[in-house]
Amino acid sequence: MRKRALGVAALTSLALAATACGGSQPGTPSAAPSGSAASASAPAADKGSGKLVIWADPNRVKALKPFADQFGTENGVAVEVKEISKDNQQTFLTASQQGSGPDIMVGAHDWIGNLVQNGAIDPVNLTDAQKAAFPEIAMKAVTFDGQVMAAPYAVENIALIRNTKLAPEAPATLEDLVKQGKALKAAGKVKEVLCLPVAQKGDAFHVYPLFAAGGGSLFGTTASGDPDPKKVLLGSPDSVKAFGKLKELGEKGDGALKTSITNENYVASFAGGKCAFLISGPWAMGDVKKGGITYDITPVPSFKDGKPATPFVGVQSFFVASKGKNKTLAQEFVANYVTNKDVAKALYAADPRPPALTEALQEVGASDPDAGKFMDAGKNGLPMPAIPEMQAVWEPFGIAEAAVVKGGDPAKAAAAAQKAIDSSLKN
Amino acid sequence: MTLDVREAPGAHAPPRPRREITTAFLVSRIAVLAVAAALLVYAAPPLVAAGSWPALVILGGATAVIAYLYLTRRFIPAKYLIPGTLFLIAFQVFPVLYTVSTAFTNFGDGHRGDKTAAITAIETGSVRQAPGSPEYNLTSALKGDKLVFLLVDPETKQVQSGDPAGLAPVTGAQVGVTGKVLRAPGFTVLTAPQAAARAQQIAALAVPTRGGLIKANGLSRAVEGRAALVYDARCDCVQGEGDRWTADEGQGYFVNAKGAHLAQGWQVNVGFANFARVLTNPTISGYFIGVFGWNVVFALASVASTFALGMAVALALHHPRMRGTHAYRIALILPYAMPAFAMLLVWRDMFNRDFGLINQLFGLDVDWMGQPSTARLAVILVNLWLGFPYMFLVTTGALQAIPRELTEAAAIDGATPWHGFRRVTLPLLLVALTPLLISSFAFNFNNFNAIALTSEGGPFPAESPQVGATDLLITYTFRLAFGTYGAQFGFAASISVFIFAIVALISAVAFRRTRKQEEVYA
Repeated sequence: MRKRALGVAALTSLALAATACGGSQPGTPSAAPSGSAASASAPAADKGSGKLVIWADPNRVKALKPFADQFGTENGVAVEVKEISKDNQQTFLTASQQGSGPDIMVGAHDWIGNLVQNGAIDPVNLTDAQKAAFPEIAMKAVTFDGQVMAAPYAVENIALIRNTKLAPEAPATLEDLVKQGKALKAAGKVKEVLCLPVAQKGDAFHVYPLFAAGGGSLFGTTASGDPDPKKVLLGSPDSVKAFGKLKELGEKGDGALKTSITNENYVASFAGGKCAFLISGPWAMGDVKKGGITYDITPVPSFKDGKPATPFVGVQSFFVASKGKNKTLAQEFVANYVTNKDVAKALYAADPRPPALTEALQEVGASDPDAGKFMDAGKNGLPMPAIPEMQAVWEPFGIAEAAVVKGGDPAKAAAAAQKAIDSSLKN
Repeated sequence: MTLDVREAPGAHAPPRPRREITTAFLVSRIAVLAVAAALLVYAAPPLVAAGSWPALVILGGATAVIAYLYLTRRFIPAKYLIPGTLFLIAFQVFPVLYTVSTAFTNFGDGHRGDKTAAITAIETGSVRQAPGSPEYNLTSALKGDKLVFLLVDPETKQVQSGDPAGLAPVTGAQVGVTGKVLRAPGFTVLTAPQAAARAQQIAALAVPTRGGLIKANGLSRAVEGRAALVYDARCDCVQGEGDRWTADEGQGYFVNAKGAHLAQGWQVNVGFANFARVLTNPTISGYFIGVFGWNVVFALASVASTFALGMAVALALHHPRMRGTHAYRIALILPYAMPAFAMLLVWRDMFNRDFGLINQLFGLDVDWMGQPSTARLAVILVNLWLGFPYMFLVTTGALQAIPRELTEAAAIDGATPWHGFRRVTLPLLLVALTPLLISSFAFNFNNFNAIALTSEGGPFPAESPQVGATDLLITYTFRLAFGTYGAQFGFAASISVFIFAIVALISAVAFRRTRKQEEVYA
């Protein structure tokens, strides 16, 4: 018996030893590259200099991989492109804070305000020549408080996409659009006047061009031309008038805006021929093409005698993480390597959002005119406000929109939204 | 008494019979030890790298205790209790303590790190390129064994070397087409991989100039820049741009005379401020009663409806003359087996007024999610569909434990089937199921997904965009803490402490009442 017990003990310690060995092995390779690289070329080099980590969303990982590998070979470093698919901004912030974040992050420019207040990104230094290679709006979007905080690679905004079989002529005004849509609906050719997502909670992003066309605005501007969080204008008389215009387009009016049209069904409805007009962005084009309809892309028209219908412009960008372990390489990659047109074109091929680099856009535009048309539609757009205060605006704005679309009083809805935003910004 | 007989023989008798070592015993013991060792090996290196010694001590201690426990033959009860206790500490006690301690801080967007990190972020963020300075092409090189920058002005093609002492002209350097220095007398030019390997040193090297500092910007460019904002430890303030921001340890911000603060803040202890904010914020206190009332109704209605339907179906299938019960049971479990996330989204689309299945099927034109009463009905219906299979399962199980003789005896005594159910079956069922009903209530009280994925809390009245008709406390406060102004973890934690107190109170009262009931029927 005793012998048997000893045997058990021996066996377990063996198992322990085995797991210990097995476990330590995966640990060594991660330490090895930095160690061997350091000993081979620079004995005094600091630890962790051998690896560059990039985080991107699933669409972009595949497109980035070959360029990352090429960069790695040229500079003798390992480059890892890691896929992050959920809550990218918060994941990046939390991981950065813990010290397990990436060296480079890929994301939208409107994160900048929040990333800056959390000290998560460093300014990106672009030469004047590099800056000139981008359209003005892209540079404006990534400039925060006078500093360039990211390298842009794609510009996206919404436009009016119309079924040219049902509506051969681009409407000159929103009134014209509604008239055409209503006529088609009365003739039984379409089910809806306009496919623009509203849903029960509103959709501030998609409705913004109509709101701007009606004369509404979100923020005043500071001396440097940035949105001023101290001046929220959602409840201003001009914005109330704009909400009034939305009400006229709404369920109790023309029926062009409806809460039953949501982000889940609006593109599918257009692709299925249920409406002649769609207001959406480049991300919808895959489904639209699959629907097999003939289409054209034009800027969103304004009301008759209205203000320009400026869409929000989002700029997809590369950020240099300030808590990254390898900042020099990250800066090299973001400022000098990724701002070339081949990278921009490859990213376009992976996910067709118009490239930010003017030269890449021209080359892409030769084979795919959609990219240029979207870019034109967003030329005078408003870069999505990158200030952290914008987060307080999205939801109350959307809810006010849904309320007037359902026939609510514009003045009341605008005042309530203004109050909600003011009270949360005061905190 | 058998145990006593076995242990009775005493010291001079042959050793007491040892526990038989079975294969299962051996395997499970090895498995536990292997898992503990694997955890140690997996978790120790990162902890060492991060220098978190207390965590390392705890990890090592826990592993040692486990190894000792499972290698000795003694402490049989502890072998079962210790793993459970460790899991309890790791997954229950620690998160609760962490939440409570977070509730006393301003942890959130803008206040994630410490003060040093905020100062670094402020200074680096304010570095601007010196006006009119050239965009140098950078080549890293060695002079002796010291790292130096070889800087080429792209306009003049003039080459200079830069080290911590400053700039010095270089003569006889050969510059390539890309602007990189290929060769320079007295310097060893580093190739790209060699430079990449010294990336940390390159990042650290700063060449002082009259206007500021030249620092590398990547491996191939260098920029002369100057921090517009500089921290001064003497006044504990940040100065620059013609202004001065003094550290305010109460808020975790640098604040200037006008009351404006720099964007980057740090985490500080704020005492009971978060709790006070929950209690005094007019948007919270003003709507609390309404939201709380609907929250209770939602949880009660969910539990009552799922239990009623689940029990009815279970009773029907329990009937001795019922045929094909297996097929029915499989069909009834299906909603439970499907991922709730996907199902909730499908249900949301089915309630769409113009495109939804429900209106099309019944020829209705109801804006389900657009009116308070129908939206509330809709979310309860969806929750009923998702929840009744669970109740069906547990009731089926509990029914097996009730002897059929009891209902038969009641029938012989002249009780109608309804009376038999009401007076015999239901009370016995409730004894077994009440704890489950209470936990189901607690779960539905905080059923975030059921609301966030269907109605998103809406519909929202035009005059109060912050609180919707179907908002539960948890969805409502989630919006306040995360939806309005970035993530405010400290504030969110203080809200969860309040919700925890509410649910704990309700559950405690309910359990107390159950105990009384058990005394009556058991």
